[in-house]
Amino acid sequence: MAEQSGQTRVQQNEPQADPQKAGALSHGPVPLDGSALRSAFDDEHPPSAELISDCVHCGFCLPTCPTYTLWGEEMDSPRGRIDLMKAGLQGAPMTGTMVQHFDACLGCMACVTACPSGVQYDKLIEATRVQVERHHDRRPGDRALRAAIFALFPHKKRLRALRGPLRAYQASGLPRVVRGSGLLERLAPKLAAMEGLAPPLEKREKLPTRVSAVGTRRAVVGLLTGCVQGEFFPGVNAATARVLAAEGCDVVIPRKQGCCGALSVHNGRQVEAEKFARATIDAFEAAGVQTVVVNAAGCGSSMKEYAEVLADDPAYAERARAFAASVRDVSELLTELGTVAERHPLEVTVAYHDACHLAHAQGVRAQPRTLLREIPGLRLKEIAEAEICCGSAGIWNILNPEPARELGDRKARNIAATGAEVLVTANPGCLMQVSSSLQRQGTRIGLAHTIEVLDASIRGLPVSTLGPQH
Amino acid sequence: MSGTHGTETTAGPVEGHVPPEATSATGEAGDNSAGMAAVTRVARATLSPNGVIDDPTELRTYECDGLAHYRVTPALVALPETTEQLAAVVRACSEHRVPFVARGSGTGLSGGALPRADGVLIVTSRMRTIREIRREDQRAVVDPGVINLDVTRAATPEGYYYAPDPSSQQICSIGGNLAENSGGAHCLKYGFTSNHVLGAELVTPQGDIVQLGGLAPDAPGYDLLGTVVGSEGTLGIATTTTVRLVRLPEEVRTLLAGFRSTDEAGAATSAIISAGVLPAAIEMMDALAIEAAEAAVHCNYPAGAGAVLVIELDGASAEVEHEYAQVERFCTENGAFELRLATDPAERALIWKGRKSAFAAVGRISPDYIVQDGVIPRTALPEVLRAIAALSSSSGVRVANVFHAGDGNLHPLVLFDDARPGAGRAAEEVSGAILDLCISHGGAITGEHGVGVDKAAYMPKMFTDDDLDTMQMVRCAFDPDNISNPGKVFPTPRLCGEVPGKRKHAHPLVEAGLADAF
Ligand SMILES: Cc1cc2nc3c(=O)[nH]c(=O)nc-3n(C[C@H](O)[C@H](O)[C@H](O)COP(=O)(O)OP(=O)(O)OC[C@H]3O[C@@H](n4cnc5c(N)ncnc54)[C@H](O)[C@@H]3O)c2cc1C
Ligand code: SF4
Ligand code: SF4
Repeated sequence: MAEQSGQTRVQQNEPQADPQKAGALSHGPVPLDGSALRSAFDDEHPPSAELISDCVHCGFCLPTCPTYTLWGEEMDSPRGRIDLMKAGLQGAPMTGTMVQHFDACLGCMACVTACPSGVQYDKLIEATRVQVERHHDRRPGDRALRAAIFALFPHKKRLRALRGPLRAYQASGLPRVVRGSGLLERLAPKLAAMEGLAPPLEKREKLPTRVSAVGTRRAVVGLLTGCVQGEFFPGVNAATARVLAAEGCDVVIPRKQGCCGALSVHNGRQVEAEKFARATIDAFEAAGVQTVVVNAAGCGSSMKEYAEVLADDPAYAERARAFAASVRDVSELLTELGTVAERHPLEVTVAYHDACHLAHAQGVRAQPRTLLREIPGLRLKEIAEAEICCGSAGIWNILNPEPARELGDRKARNIAATGAEVLVTANPGCLMQVSSSLQRQGTRIGLAHTIEVLDASIRGLPVSTLGPQH
Repeated sequence: MSGTHGTETTAGPVEGHVPPEATSATGEAGDNSAGMAAVTRVARATLSPNGVIDDPTELRTYECDGLAHYRVTPALVALPETTEQLAAVVRACSEHRVPFVARGSGTGLSGGALPRADGVLIVTSRMRTIREIRREDQRAVVDPGVINLDVTRAATPEGYYYAPDPSSQQICSIGGNLAENSGGAHCLKYGFTSNHVLGAELVTPQGDIVQLGGLAPDAPGYDLLGTVVGSEGTLGIATTTTVRLVRLPEEVRTLLAGFRSTDEAGAATSAIISAGVLPAAIEMMDALAIEAAEAAVHCNYPAGAGAVLVIELDGASAEVEHEYAQVERFCTENGAFELRLATDPAERALIWKGRKSAFAAVGRISPDYIVQDGVIPRTALPEVLRAIAALSSSSGVRVANVFHAGDGNLHPLVLFDDARPGAGRAAEEVSGAILDLCISHGGAITGEHGVGVDKAAYMPKMFTDDDLDTMQMVRCAFDPDNISNPGKVFPTPRLCGEVPGKRKHAHPLVEAGLADAF
């Protein structure tokens, strides 16, 4: 597979041998620029014409699309992006403008939820991004920033260098590609804001490789620890293991696991995504678990896509399908199992924020709410405009700081309006993103992962453990 | 434009551009390139830098509205943020004889916002400010791009809402609603957009800003506002608009009733209305439409139903209570096998979700479809439905029915697969025959989706030449140069001959014998 895409890339640098070929895909007006340019997509898994044809142009997806709400332009809406893909299939070249609108998509998948016609925009944009990565030459600054991101995030040791207040500035342990890119300057304020609001950085307790079920064993599950989750919110993994054990799960935590490849999957970095997917599958197969539990929304959504990521790899295709089917968000698994551990009261008002990669990409909305409502004394508030992304979106907020800030501020206003004492969500990225907006507008609110709230309740900890850390 | 009445097919890449016969409505690029260049200069000088779009790739995302069958790439897209900016662009168009087309959210189903290849598409999607919610006056003053549902969202905390609720309310704009005189499920009791617009600022096709109507109802003199509502963008562009707000009802009851057949459901509808009960809404869906909605939103409608009615009662609690008892009885008497009353807002929302996503949901059960829109006197409902069923079985073309049963506004959805040779043609024939049925039963060719480019060819079936001439004279009074959404609504362009205007010599179309002046 890796070789194959290598070949394709070589081909791409040559002019299209057969001018008819560009026209072969086109049914309407062919190239738009007078110049006889190559059409945007090659034949290796372009966005599917069939999936595109599911779009009936009704516009129902527009109001939930963050970029459409920001800019009010058709080409930065789901419907418009699908039009651009269609233009590409019909022979329009991959211009910088076209790429800009694909890049601007947060991949939040709110449009998938909103679409009555069942358009699988998730599949369309992922196929498109792979093509963009293959064919588009980005500007040098953009290229450097992206390189830095992918040299940093999937590497736990490098992320560790960023922990602790202001550590980012002196993160000299990092490779040059990261230091010279401007990435740290973009990250530092966010990290600082987050550390102001999140539960204090616990000492990174080394998780055991196995935690045994309390009482009767009801399941044996593997736990993905994740890169950002593991490094910045280590308490979340510990809490997940404790809650799962309390609910009767033997929890296996394979030492050898690495990055699940979420950022690569969601950014069209096909070869890298495949590599991470294979390694993750290997690690959990070796652990011999039937179910793989994830507590980070972005990781869960990409792991559920492994079947597509590895579809062309004969050695892994079948295993990837089985693996993907075994992946559960922790809230999904807990509601499937049903509660047995006693919940102690937590007198607190929480606002639950739907992480896009949980709600839109995995359809997990009811489960976390059900679990929270089971806690005596807890009052659950809904956030207005819940379906609109907070602007975090994986690495989008790093690449697009200004619009991300606008979206973050909008989300923070809606969060503040709930009057909640603690903001609960299931994605480290969202917490990092909204915390700087909350801080900017002076909202004092605690931040916690759903599982930390459950953990506090099961252990009978005081509410203050979830409060703002000032 | 010829006899095609167009289809809303799913926007598959197999679709080409607009059918060649429609070009009289859509213009040839480059006809007036000097004029276009001048307008572009003005737009660049007036609008914010990202408010002018002329990149060919970007322009393509504006080539159609909710009727994806017709496609034309505009020469320029302008995204004004203020009335003054919008007027400046229109003024430049007028000066240089460049046609322009208004667009709100682009959800229209008759191709009303289909661009001109030789013109400017003026989009109101950046004019989304709600200026005022005047609780005391029960009025809201909003910019033209404001989304219908956002008016209700803004008014709800004050105890009010905006009554006209097209199924597209989550995205369609107030300007588009005004231009199409849009209706919705609740128009049975509350009336169409025309009953709720009290005033509008209009940018005339000359680029002047005028005020029609206002906060007070029924201004003296001709009802120009009434003329502009429903004019589909041919009389200018509405900007800041004053709409009526309606008090939130004390109580709302939403009932879902399952019937074995549309006949039974139709009979129940007639029984309710003739007893003098006026529900806020009576909506009907047949089995095929239910299947689609079920696939899309899992609305959990009664299993095995040949038709469902969604009936909503609202008002003072005592009144609702009393009416509900009657409605329940009429449904049961006419064969309802299941009655389900929504017990909480979530259940109510789910019932409505099934209905409101029905059009787009049909994409789940058929690759392509035509949304038809016709009105008939309510009493003709059972007969027309039977005739549609007969048409469907004789032609083998499936037809799903979704409609506002209370006021006889039908939305047959004609299903086909464009990949099958001849299927599109057959579907268009059935769709056209349905319109003929509506006309022959004393109805009309559009209830609420407008004429646009799609049904212009049908206008002569409903109106005599004299009727059409009279309408066009109204248009000439507003738009003597025929630049405001030209080619829509009327089947043949007529020019405004001697009316006062800037033209000095005979129009080239007249000289070429392609159009009449009168
Ligand atoms: C799934 C679906 C369901 C629908 N359900 C309904 C329904 O229940 N009832 C109903 O009535 N319609 C319905 N429609 C049709 C459509 O939503 C309405 O016609 C709506 O009013 C169009 O609003 P828009 O903002 O999208 O206008 P557009 O489609 O952008 O424009 C529509 C027309 O209005 C003109 N226009 C737009 N803005 C202005 C302005 N400011 N001044 C002057 N002219 C302007 C345009 O030139 C065009 O002719 C539905 C559409 C879809 C896709
Ligand atoms: S994924 Fe999100 S940002 Fe991208 S088009 Fe859909 S709604 Fe818009
Ligand atoms: S909601 Fe679905 S069908 Fe409608 S425009 Fe968006 S993607 Fe297309």
